[in-house]
Amino acid sequence: MNPVLDIVGAVFLLLGAMLCFAAAVGLVRFPDVLTRMHAATKPQTLGLLFVIVGVAFSLQSFKPLGMLVLVAILQLLTAPVSAHMVARTAYRTGQVREDLLVEDDLADDLAEAGFHLSSGEDEGESADHRD
Amino acid sequence: MTGAASVIIMIGVAFLAAAMALTLVRMTRGPSTLDRVIAADVVVAVVIAALAMEAALNHHTTTIPIMVVLSLLGFAGSLSMAKFAADRDRTGKWRDAAASAPASASGSSAQGGAGRRESESDGSRQGASEHPEASR
Repeated sequence: MNPVLDIVGAVFLLLGAMLCFAAAVGLVRFPDVLTRMHAATKPQTLGLLFVIVGVAFSLQSFKPLGMLVLVAILQLLTAPVSAHMVARTAYRTGQVREDLLVEDDLADDLAEAGFHLSSGEDEGESADHRD
Repeated sequence: MTGAASVIIMIGVAFLAAAMALTLVRMTRGPSTLDRVIAADVVVAVVIAALAMEAALNHHTTTIPIMVVLSLLGFAGSLSMAKFAADRDRTGKWRDAAASAPASASGSSAQGGAGRRESESDGSRQGASEHPEASR
């Protein structure tokens, strides 16, 4: 056991844990689904990579390395897909704070593609991004 | 495992515990299904990190296959929940012209939609911001 590598691995693990904590603070404090998702994806990719590198340094053996790389690859492949689906659902069902958006090109593109704003049952129409 | 490395890892465990508590706060408060889905994703990430820390602390590799399973579980869970929320929240605002508009060319219905939205002034945008967290 190399004590220096032990400490390097522990520092990487600590970085991953701090990213998890930052994501949790963002989840509690941010105002809507998209911004919360922005915070929540940090530990899913970068934080997980830090954690896996930390474990690899701490274990100091080649046997678990393949499985650790598998975890990293799976997470890097699947996190964008699920984030895309959640964001798409949030936008299409109107769970996005329009007043927080600086630019909303998707509204123009959707209108051009033949989609239209449904007249909401009780909440009225929301945004107009034509100007 | 040297003492210094153990101390650093225990500090990380404290961060993870705080992260889990805050994430559970968001999961209970909601307000929408998608917020809870995102919080569940973070819970899975925190659990993976906790398993990794335990493996590093005790120098064993028993929990590493569980990390593989968890990374796939979070993916399947959030995907299916997003589809479920999309199907359920039909009160949403973006509709396909073919699905709900009276039969007409999609181009003309888009034009009509734009004109209708322009007739409602910016007051409607203010109205939208009064319902920041619409739906459930």
